[in-house]
Amino acid sequence: MDLDNVLHSIFNFENYGELLVLVQNSIWAGAVLGLLGGLMGTFVMKRDLAFAVHGISELSFAGAAFALLIGADIVLGSLAGSVIAALVLGLMGVRAREKNSIIGVIMPFGLGLGILFLSLYEGRAANKFGLLTGQIVSVGTVQLQVLAVVAVLVMLALVAIWRPLTFASVDPHVATARGVPVRALSLAFMVLLGISVALSIQIVGALLVLALLITPAAAALRVTSSPRLVVILSVAFAMTATVGGILLALGGRLPISPYVTTLSFLIYVACRTIGGFRARRGINGRVLRSPVSAA
Amino acid sequence: MTPVVSLRGASLAFGQRTLWEGLDLDINPGEFFAVLGPNGSGKTTFLKVLLGLQELSAGTAVLDGRPVARGSRGIGYVPQQKSFDPDTPLRARDLVGLGVDGHRWGLRIGAARVNRRIDELLGLVGAADYAKVPVGQLSGGEQQRLRVAQALATDPKVLLCDEPLLSLDLQHQQAVSALINKQCHERDSAVVFVTHEINPIMDYVDRVLYLAGGRFRVGTPEEVMTTEVLSDLYGSHVEVIQANGRMIVVGLPDAATHHHEDAHAVAEEVG
Repeated sequence: MDLDNVLHSIFNFENYGELLVLVQNSIWAGAVLGLLGGLMGTFVMKRDLAFAVHGISELSFAGAAFALLIGADIVLGSLAGSVIAALVLGLMGVRAREKNSIIGVIMPFGLGLGILFLSLYEGRAANKFGLLTGQIVSVGTVQLQVLAVVAVLVMLALVAIWRPLTFASVDPHVATARGVPVRALSLAFMVLLGISVALSIQIVGALLVLALLITPAAAALRVTSSPRLVVILSVAFAMTATVGGILLALGGRLPISPYVTTLSFLIYVACRTIGGFRARRGINGRVLRSPVSAA
Repeated sequence: MTPVVSLRGASLAFGQRTLWEGLDLDINPGEFFAVLGPNGSGKTTFLKVLLGLQELSAGTAVLDGRPVARGSRGIGYVPQQKSFDPDTPLRARDLVGLGVDGHRWGLRIGAARVNRRIDELLGLVGAADYAKVPVGQLSGGEQQRLRVAQALATDPKVLLCDEPLLSLDLQHQQAVSALINKQCHERDSAVVFVTHEINPIMDYVDRVLYLAGGRFRVGTPEEVMTTEVLSDLYGSHVEVIQANGRMIVVGLPDAATHHHEDAHAVAEEVG
């Protein structure tokens, strides 16, 4: 394959208008997941759970692979896998260090199980690959409706616990003293995270969930510390990455995920550059008074 | 005057080990009450009891007329200084905002009112200039000022302070303890101040509770901080030296944990 061919399979915008109509569902799915990922991501960052997201997604993959093997619903399989993993992490890992080692133990186990189930599966190879790298182009109307309803429910639950969860995430000691149910909130969040991971896996695949649930929020944090702005930017970045990724992927013959992850990555690099520039200039919002006027 | 904190026959034991027992205590509004003692004597556990996070083994604890309970609104809590990750998405004003409405469910409604309250609290502790700076980029002293503002958000009847001056330099120790004293003596909040170093708050303290070796003593600093009383509590000879209104305790049994404070107190005298 020469370079022209490679480029052609990455970018190809012939008959773009007609394709666009065909993949409407996928674009909506991308938008919903971007919104969800952007919102959840801000808490994933606050709670330092990036590694946990990875661990959960791998067990979600195992669940989906098992469902594929026994002919059950893949989405249900991946949902079961990720919620179980999230609960285990929520119940077992209290301290960050402990949590990380538990994730390190669970992750390869999940991935190994997934590979086992996939090897036993004798159906279409594309189904296997899709679990790892995503297959949004085939989102049906029913699937989209289920996705949207579940995502909306998760977001409503997140909004309901927004303030105490923020308190518990950034300032757990004082939150406990103020009577905030820190541990219950932590478990509740892990369940929401498990569901979000399972939903996201359908679009970007198990290996690349981080691009939806971490990168946008991490990018937003490089440029602002204002809680509200972090949320707005994180959602904007995540939706840009998913919807933009789908639109770019339309023409080519490749899975959706490289487009989404690359967009996500570029946004992060840009934000990091801006953040680094501001840090060097010492811009952090402090009101500086000249020594004369202060005296 | 109705006491705002009231303990009757309060005991705390973990298995065989008794931290303290038979504690009867009333703390009045506007009283600056220090809780002193070596590490492991149950100072922090004493605070946990008042916060409703630790049940007494025996006796009762009443706060603001009601049995102690988690999340009581009458309480403000100032923790030890613990640095934030530089990436924490939280500005100074947001930290104070958590004290205003962080415990409520849902999203913040009526942001203008909350913002006014936050500005008021920031002004109270002199933190307006760094209101928008990420907390991770503030100094320990600045963070502790914010902690005081955060704790004052609910206009508490009792301010519970858990070693709030730890790891601050002398200047900030004075600034932060002066702030706490202001709330206490000008605005009539009771202050329960857990510390293992009485000197930074010497000028403000009305009474102390000294915990050591499973026993305790309550009284004014002059009554409790004496060679006789502390030697009796520790069960070995301890010397209290007074100079320039400062107190230095020499010869504490577990010297390791107190070495630093002693050195500090000495440095205070010299400097």
